[in-house]
Amino acid sequence: MNRSTYILTAIVVLLFIVSWTLKAVSLSGEVDDNITRGFLITISAFLTLAIFSFLYKDNPFYKFAEHLFVGVSAAFWMCQGFWSTLVGNLFPRLSEGLSNFFMVPYQYSPYNITYWIPVILGLLLLMRLSSKAGWLSRWPLAFIVGTTAGLNFIRYLRSDFVVQVSSTFVPLLGNESHPWTGIGDFFSHLSLSASGQFMMILANWIIFLGVICGLIYFFFSKEHKGVFGFASRIGIWVLMITFGASFGYTVMGRISLLVGRLTFLFRDWLEIIS
Amino acid sequence: MRVGKSTFLHLCLAFSLSLILILILLTLVSAQEVDSLRSSTDSAYTIPDSGLVLVAPVTSLIAEDYKYDDGEQLKLSWVPSIDDQLVDSKVLGYRLFRSIDGGTPEILAKLPPGTNSFLDRTVQRERKYQYYLETFSENFVVQSIVTAAISPEREWLNLDRGWLFIIALFISIAIIFFVEKAKRGHKLYVRKIAGLEAIDEAVGRATEMGRPVLFIPGINDMDDVQTLAALTILGRVSRTIADYDSQIFMPVSRSLVMTAARETIKTSYMAAGRPDAYSDDMVNYVTDEQFGYVAAVDGLMVRERPATVFLLGAFFAESLILAETGNSVGAIQIAGTARPAQLPFFIAACDFTLIGEELFAASAYLSGEPRQLGSLKGQDVGKGLAMSVIILGVLAVTIATAWDVEIMHNVHNWLLGVFSSN
Repeated sequence: MNRSTYILTAIVVLLFIVSWTLKAVSLSGEVDDNITRGFLITISAFLTLAIFSFLYKDNPFYKFAEHLFVGVSAAFWMCQGFWSTLVGNLFPRLSEGLSNFFMVPYQYSPYNITYWIPVILGLLLLMRLSSKAGWLSRWPLAFIVGTTAGLNFIRYLRSDFVVQVSSTFVPLLGNESHPWTGIGDFFSHLSLSASGQFMMILANWIIFLGVICGLIYFFFSKEHKGVFGFASRIGIWVLMITFGASFGYTVMGRISLLVGRLTFLFRDWLEIIS
Repeated sequence: MRVGKSTFLHLCLAFSLSLILILILLTLVSAQEVDSLRSSTDSAYTIPDSGLVLVAPVTSLIAEDYKYDDGEQLKLSWVPSIDDQLVDSKVLGYRLFRSIDGGTPEILAKLPPGTNSFLDRTVQRERKYQYYLETFSENFVVQSIVTAAISPEREWLNLDRGWLFIIALFISIAIIFFVEKAKRGHKLYVRKIAGLEAIDEAVGRATEMGRPVLFIPGINDMDDVQTLAALTILGRVSRTIADYDSQIFMPVSRSLVMTAARETIKTSYMAAGRPDAYSDDMVNYVTDEQFGYVAAVDGLMVRERPATVFLLGAFFAESLILAETGNSVGAIQIAGTARPAQLPFFIAACDFTLIGEELFAASAYLSGEPRQLGSLKGQDVGKGLAMSVIILGVLAVTIATAWDVEIMHNVHNWLLGVFSSN
């Protein structure tokens, strides 16, 4: 670190102390633990600003916030894994002694013996630390990959294939609320109302052609040229229009997150807005 | 005969008085009738002098095994009390009682009026259960019949999913058929996928610039097929990197992914004949926390300035943050995910994007192995089946609704039954 960094750090530390003091004073009449609350609000605000500073460029304050976040979260997840997976789920099914040791209720079941399978697989995974028996760690990985592929095959076959197919069975001329009564009637009662027959028919045609053309785009074993290529191009257009709509929708959600952070800074920390 | 004026007036007055008297009498009689009718109606609910609001019990109470489960549920159904079906119902609810192995019945649930079924999820296979329902009003309780003793049963096969099994079998047979065909040397065509064509070019660029390649396999664990697809592509990418003597670094957010990625890269380096160039430090675990991971990867990007960034796998809210940072450091970016909500961000910020299925096709495309190519071809058969069924279903429902053709109604209903969500 050079001299200017030291000076900047000193200024930020000074600002932090001033902010903490002012916040604690402003909270003194409202809460009992005003010093702790003042510290928590101030540290939250400074860490938020440290992360925002990345928008300018990489800097020591961002690095500090990043390392703090990574370190704290990694430790948190490790503890979470130990206490919820091992202590919460495994030990109470393996041994009464272990359950008593960790003060969790013993959950007896004649099928508890099956819980030794994950224990063995977990131990095999740790074999990776040994240079001679490291190859054993591939077995649990193979188990995970195999079961994942098998389970997901049926899951995706149902949700992404079967259900999607039946959802695309849409009438192209009319439905119960807008029955088809002939081309003459259709044109004589033509309306662009969102709940009208024309819009219903248009929507159903878009669904039908969009799905068929989208499927054609994802057809890999045939060259995309001629009619097939044309349908494929329509398919990618349908996808892009969908992505455009999705982009706008998600960006709106992100803006609300930003508003949330700014509200914290201006209301909870600086108390500029009420 | 002539009638005098005064006589006529008297007659009129007498007639009017008679009419008024008749009307009064009629009104009194009808009021009495209404009162007597009302009291007779009320007597259906209230015992005179007792004040009890009587209600009828539920009927047709049946307890049966819940089909196609692990023997953990019993299904109860009944016809609600007749008094519960009236507009001004006097039924306040039902109390469900259960007796285990002939023991003392205990209350199992309190149900609101209008309920006609209940799923008991707290049963065990080796026990016998009997049920009855109490219908209660404000101050009266009536009990239904007691069901016969029943035990839940475990079914080994879920026959509701018979059609799903047949569809899965059809696609599996198609895959096996094409795999075998490919093994026999039959050449299988796979169309070009732009994002995958660019892999060699992207790694070559990193080599020329003397900068590393960054590979992000998403933030999900090994139980996500997108992560598996990403690791398959990693195999090919790391092989090219080993061939070109370039560098790769791969921060991951899951410990198992770290182990699998290390194995994958190690295998690639060995296949390239450069096991000495491999190091475990190429893959490092950061944190499971989504945005902690993102903060670390963003920091890495701006400090290491990779020439090429691969963003392949399952991504969530971090997709745009990562892609934008990669873009800002001038890296060529190849992204791919099957999450529709994140694809727009990759399309906007990356040079090449593998959309959904393309990510899964990548492994077959890159490896060119007969087995994987055959699998891809088999999946295309599945897509062909989907297209055919959709066209048939749409035709059936269109004709059925527009012209009320019965056979088309039947075809539509049959297809809905086959492609149901069971």
